Amino acid sequence: MAKPDLMRLLSIAGLLAIWWLAATVADSRLLPGPGAVASVMWSEAASGRLGLHLTATLLRVAAGFVLAFFIGTAIGIAMGRTKWFDRWFDPWLVILLNMPALVTIILAYVWFGLIEVAAIAAVALNKVPNVVVTVREGVRTLDQGYFRLAEIYRLSPATRLRRIVLPQLYPYLMATTRSGLALIWKIVLVVELLGRSNGVGFQLQIYFQLFDVAGILAYAVAFIVVVQVIELGVLRPIDRRLERWR
Amino acid sequence: MTSLSLHIRTKNFPGHDGEAAQNILSDLKFEVGNAEFVCLVGPSGCGKTTLLNIIAGVDLEYDGTCERTGNRLGFVFQEPRLLPWLTVRENIELVLDQTGDADTANVAGNLLATMDLTSVEQAYPRRLSLGMGRRVSLARALAVDPVLLLLDEPFVSLDKPTAERLRGVLLDSWRAREVSVLMVTHDLDEALQLADRIVFLSQQPTHAMLEWSVPTPRANAATVDQMRRNLLDQHPELLSGQGAGGGAGAIEPG
Repeated sequence: MAKPDLMRLLSIAGLLAIWWLAATVADSRLLPGPGAVASVMWSEAASGRLGLHLTATLLRVAAGFVLAFFIGTAIGIAMGRTKWFDRWFDPWLVILLNMPALVTIILAYVWFGLIEVAAIAAVALNKVPNVVVTVREGVRTLDQGYFRLAEIYRLSPATRLRRIVLPQLYPYLMATTRSGLALIWKIVLVVELLGRSNGVGFQLQIYFQLFDVAGILAYAVAFIVVVQVIELGVLRPIDRRLERWR
Repeated sequence: MTSLSLHIRTKNFPGHDGEAAQNILSDLKFEVGNAEFVCLVGPSGCGKTTLLNIIAGVDLEYDGTCERTGNRLGFVFQEPRLLPWLTVRENIELVLDQTGDADTANVAGNLLATMDLTSVEQAYPRRLSLGMGRRVSLARALAVDPVLLLLDEPFVSLDKPTAERLRGVLLDSWRAREVSVLMVTHDLDEALQLADRIVFLSQQPTHAMLEWSVPTPRANAATVDQMRRNLLDQHPELLSGQGAGGGAGAIEPG
């Protein structure tokens, strides 16, 4: 996607128009229009609050994500390659996958206190099962022919991982990264709402108590923008680089 | 001196769900001399891939002996089996990582030049033609400077002129090096054109039913018919299924 997609831009403009129209008709403090939300965003940004809370949230997202990604990938590879390991841990996986995020968060806070470590552990624990399932799926589709090649030419374990395993897993790792970012930042907001004193979730809590819908939307929109910037500025370039051979 | 000395007493596949184990290879014995070109010709399903796995040292579950001189081994698979996410050059350098040769770039570069692949060295395998892919696969096998080169029906499913050209490339590479070649094929004509010696394999459980030294000069497209007829007149038992040999033969009709 080298040039901006006209259809996409029009579509977003259409959504904004509907929003603006609804706000104009409703004419209520509870449904502010795009302009009102933008001006709240601007003042929050100018005061430095927006940046502060966004940064706090993003750091939690990053920490939770990195933790979940590496633990989940390691377990996923092990489960994909070792039968008894898979059979033993699969029921645990099913239970964890169906555990409501909120329960994990509450338990983490109850057991470890309202501390940062508990918050990040709760976030990671919610995401690990998804990573495991996706990576395990990827490992099961690995082409055995390439392993035979590696065996015959006696490639080192590091070369096998870097040249043979990871390139094949890469679509799965990217998929889990994308779904991970989408899931994790939502969980982080809940974690912040329940037991942190900064971050977007904490701000939403305050604006909720004040019934300040413009404030709530300002933070939500800001975060959506940040996530899109990560998608376009980080994930897409990685995609392009790794997909060259296709 | 031999590059490979093989004697497999038995090789079984374990039976699944209570079925009896399947005897794949039985008392299979042959040698490959230094710088000799040997073709294995056998009916389909005679355990050729299993046999190559044993020789390559990947399959260790058999009863018998397999002695190889040196451990540098080149292997050409039936399909090129190039890593699609690596360029042609990277595919060749991949196997050089393990040889301990410091100058991988140079080795790969020279090989690409001799194999006439310099123009595609930065290309990804999916852009290569079938014949070009096989050529890269052969170059990769030669990159490790093998003592023994194993080929598993490397020219199957290629059109005739391309296969012919690649056979020429293989013969040239073989002549230019001190390498022993063991090539599996089910195409008798191909074996007659390439090999010093042909080992004919029986149907399962597989053993070597005949070893035949190919007369020199080697057959070419014009003389291969005559050579094949002479061989089959002498050894009608090689024909499988039908004809005077009746049954155990290495060569499928047609």
